[in-house]
Amino acid sequence: MADSLNLDQHTSHRFNEELEDVRARLLEMGGLVEEQCRKALKALTKGNLELAIEVANSDYRINEMEVEINARCMDILALRQPAATDLRVVVAIIRMTADLERIGDEAEKIGRFAQTLAERRDAGAFRGDPKHLGKLAIAVLRGALDAFARLDVSAAIETAAQDPEIDQEFESVTRLLISHMMEQPAAVKSLLRVNWCARALERIGDHAVNLCEEVIFLVKGSDVRHLSLKEVQDRFL
Amino acid sequence: MQGNDDMNQMKTADAAVPEEARGLDIHAHADVSNYETTGDPLLDNPKMSARNVNVYYGEKHAIMDVSLDIGGNEVIAMIGPSGCGKSTFLRCLNRMNDTIPICRVKGDIQLDGEDIYHSRQDTVLLRARVGMVFQKPNPFPKSIYENVAYGPRIHGLAHNKIEMDEIVENSLRRASLWEEVKDVLDKPGTGLSGGQQQRLCIARAIAVSPEVILMDEPCSALDPIATARIEELIDELKERFTIAIVTHSMQQAARVSQRTAYFHLGKLIEVGQTKQIFTNPQHELTENYITGRFG
Repeated sequence: MADSLNLDQHTSHRFNEELEDVRARLLEMGGLVEEQCRKALKALTKGNLELAIEVANSDYRINEMEVEINARCMDILALRQPAATDLRVVVAIIRMTADLERIGDEAEKIGRFAQTLAERRDAGAFRGDPKHLGKLAIAVLRGALDAFARLDVSAAIETAAQDPEIDQEFESVTRLLISHMMEQPAAVKSLLRVNWCARALERIGDHAVNLCEEVIFLVKGSDVRHLSLKEVQDRFL
Repeated sequence: MQGNDDMNQMKTADAAVPEEARGLDIHAHADVSNYETTGDPLLDNPKMSARNVNVYYGEKHAIMDVSLDIGGNEVIAMIGPSGCGKSTFLRCLNRMNDTIPICRVKGDIQLDGEDIYHSRQDTVLLRARVGMVFQKPNPFPKSIYENVAYGPRIHGLAHNKIEMDEIVENSLRRASLWEEVKDVLDKPGTGLSGGQQQRLCIARAIAVSPEVILMDEPCSALDPIATARIEELIDELKERFTIAIVTHSMQQAARVSQRTAYFHLGKLIEVGQTKQIFTNPQHELTENYITGRFG
């Protein structure tokens, strides 16, 4: 793994391995979450019942990984008393597992709605509406995980900068769904479900931005969670 | 220490000689050329201030151009690998290095704005104002009472037995040792446990009402509980005194100090608020040291 922070340079080789282990596991968890999101989006937009059921019922793997990674981070805190970059790696990973787990929850939610929508005949005309939104959100998630893998602050900032586009897309999907509701009052229930899926995708984007903020914290030591994008760009780009 | 050089030197012959003076040649490859301390080593109203301090042991350049202020009522921790000069620097602050014949100190060190290396400076008085606690507890081979009373007596701080009793009790109380020894004050100080002996040495140091207390690895010979008690004590003592502590335990530096100074090969590499040093050090050498990286 590329490493600009010398995480593998400790006098204690065991400590090197432990830090590397939690980083690798976080990336594995990230990969799993990303896959869940892709499947959820596909199940929704294609009306794939089988895939929807799978997504709605495999969240437990992500939850297990969250618990496992947090336990390993606790061990490092208790046994190694990490400082400086090492401390920030552990703290960032603990916080990132929480965001990834929430993304997993959102994917599961989409899976459950997709399951209902796949069984309803009236949904075919509009369940594809959040497709572009979903692609944007997953791209931000992927960008965040890449930035973490490379510990790349510029990539993290550029990825986070895509969030406004997601928000705009969510707004336009909502407007589109409202116009459908006015045209087909009988399909309001299905349309609401599609809108909830869109909302879940938008939230996935928000959590992915949180992941980007943790990458900046990890590398630079600054907590940027409540700064505007412009402030972050001015300070670190 | 507290006007007690001879006795003290006898007791601490080992502990008193810093690593740098013991024939280690760790500075052979050190680059003396320009460097700047990361962070701001200077304060507005310092209790003590050191400017461009250089220390030599014979030919060996042990401290290189160190400038550092120590603020009133603060605890400043000095950390760094063995032989980095942190103990040597600490010992400059009350001229303990004067006791090492081959040691030369250059630069300017002031206490409340007065040069402590001035030719007319009385080192006995200086060491009453700037006390010291060593790595190994070194009580005098006398009673507990006499250990504490010795300093105030030679400095004439008590006019009668009642005043002396008061100083002894107060000092032992402040060192949180009183409850444990109040019934055995006539027993020898050397009969106490290691942790108690160290608290006795702290009581002895504060009995002469110093303004600054220098601590050179005060807990390295103590168990974790005795260490925790000394750390608790340091926290209380900072209300009245200024404390400079040299420690090998980074966790200890993190727990007790408000500012931390990192020394490396005789140079002061970085100074900053302890929280900043331990969460986000700015210099690579500091980072490597506190995170246990080889470099």
